[in-house]
Amino acid sequence: MHPAPSVIIFTTLSGLGFGLLAFLGLGMPSVTGWVAFVFYAIAYALAVGGLLASTFHLGHPERAWKAFSQWRSSWLSREGCAAVASLVVMGIYAAGAVFLQADWRLLGLLGAALSIGTVFTTAMIYTQLKTIPRWHSPLTPLVFLSFSVAGGALLAGQESLAPWLLAVAGAVQLIYWSKTDKALVKSGTDIGTATGLADRGTVRAFEPPHTGSNYLLREFVYVVGRKHALKLRVIGFALAFALPIALMVIPFSGLMLKHLMAGVAVLLHIAGVACLRWLFFAQAEHVVGLYYGKR
Amino acid sequence: MTTLTKQTDRKMGLVIDLDTCVGCHACVISCKGWNTENYGAPLSDQDPYGADPAGTFLNRVHSYEVTPNEGHAQLVHFPKSCLHCEDAPCVTVCPTGASYKRVEDGIVLVNESDCIGCGLCAWSCPYGARELDLAEGVMKKCTLCVDRIYNENLPEEDRVPACVRTCPAGARHFGDLGDPDSAVSQLVAERGGMDLMPEMGTKPVNKYLPPRPKDRIEDQIDILAPLLAPVAEEPAGFLGWLDKALDKLPGGNS
Ligand code: SF4
Ligand code: SF4
Ligand code: SF4
Repeated sequence: MHPAPSVIIFTTLSGLGFGLLAFLGLGMPSVTGWVAFVFYAIAYALAVGGLLASTFHLGHPERAWKAFSQWRSSWLSREGCAAVASLVVMGIYAAGAVFLQADWRLLGLLGAALSIGTVFTTAMIYTQLKTIPRWHSPLTPLVFLSFSVAGGALLAGQESLAPWLLAVAGAVQLIYWSKTDKALVKSGTDIGTATGLADRGTVRAFEPPHTGSNYLLREFVYVVGRKHALKLRVIGFALAFALPIALMVIPFSGLMLKHLMAGVAVLLHIAGVACLRWLFFAQAEHVVGLYYGKR
Repeated sequence: MTTLTKQTDRKMGLVIDLDTCVGCHACVISCKGWNTENYGAPLSDQDPYGADPAGTFLNRVHSYEVTPNEGHAQLVHFPKSCLHCEDAPCVTVCPTGASYKRVEDGIVLVNESDCIGCGLCAWSCPYGARELDLAEGVMKKCTLCVDRIYNENLPEEDRVPACVRTCPAGARHFGDLGDPDSAVSQLVAERGGMDLMPEMGTKPVNKYLPPRPKDRIEDQIDILAPLLAPVAEEPAGFLGWLDKALDKLPGGNS
């Protein structure tokens, strides 16, 4: 799949933003006043910024509001509804915390649940696609949810919890790779079933239908950079999980240095998740590539 | 509405004969021609006369080589357009309701004024039947020529899809695949029509007729052999003399 920057930015930032919102809704940390304002500003900048980025790849962003209508069948529509619901609920909760020093517990919990739910709906957009065997796995929502929760904990300054959650997310990522690297082969779909000619012999794509490129090849048959996949996996894993964990567990002396290192850990984590998201798309094989003798 | 109905009244679709398709791409051109001038946004091209031309098409013809365990390889030309699936994933994923499947005839269409061009329907289609038009930013797909098949302004023989009407080999057939007595259903039954990627669970309405077994060259020679004079391995008589004489000429012996 073509790793469109808008979608990578969207899933990376929104995942983090909703993760942070979830922790804020849970009251971890329980903040009010100016401190709350800063936390919520960061969370909304990430969540809303990501959502806005996602509209950049639309052919008609001005009609995006129509996407709220089909929640009964469409995960993309559900995502839109869930995102707006969590932003509204958490917005009210945040207003209470910032201006009234209030902690409306139930509202916070509801907002936290909706925020996590939003990340789940995002993951399901990819998980539902049978056409991309690598994504069509229960591990995909686990990847999105564990990343979001770990990143949220990191941003929420949960010093004791964050390293553990980062470790869990890292482990989920490793399992995802080990289980899905063979997903296309295991799916049983190949050029033989695609053409229905399998029982007549070995099928080979002889001549493509067009000499130039087209939407299908650009969007679905993205092979550039696959040869660097292993290197990028190591880099992404180190940035997203290993280094932030190290920075959090190494005992730095001095509050200033500690905060600085936490900030560095957040930035490394964001860069790492973006790198892993790039791989999530670039390494995903769409079965339509089989018609072109590619994968 | 992007939820699917359990059953459509009819299942209009195409039957594509892989045995007779000659790979001329006439259907590709007629499809582009008709659908650029009629239903919905035109099918745009990008850089059509430049170094890297590309464009939107609703129907494309691949060619495959099939090599059996024994015998000769066979070339199969393979036209592919929307299969108007009964269980169309492209419809249920659509967030806006722009993609829908008609209850009356099962045709899968895009309402272009609702489409936001998110591309998710194309992601969900295993067959590559949907292409996002770069100029219009909306999703394009085969309409089964919905603006021809019921069009009373056209002479009756033209009330079939453009690709079917054009095909010089008669490799594309149009009809109701939900009616077991229709000509297309009979054809499918007779020739063992098949689904593409049945494991995807899309239940395509369009069917493909497999190529018939290829004649063997060995068999053909057997049929004609009695009618031919035996062919001598070494030329004799006048031809033999000529052969030797030519061999003796300088530079001729290769
Ligand atoms: S062939 Fe593709 S676009 Fe057509 S109905 Fe089936 S899934 Fe949808
Ligand atoms: S591209 Fe258009 S038709 Fe396809 S899913 Fe998105 S809104 Fe629906
Ligand atoms: S039925 Fe019409 S739109 Fe569909 S492939 Fe044929 S010519 Fe194109």
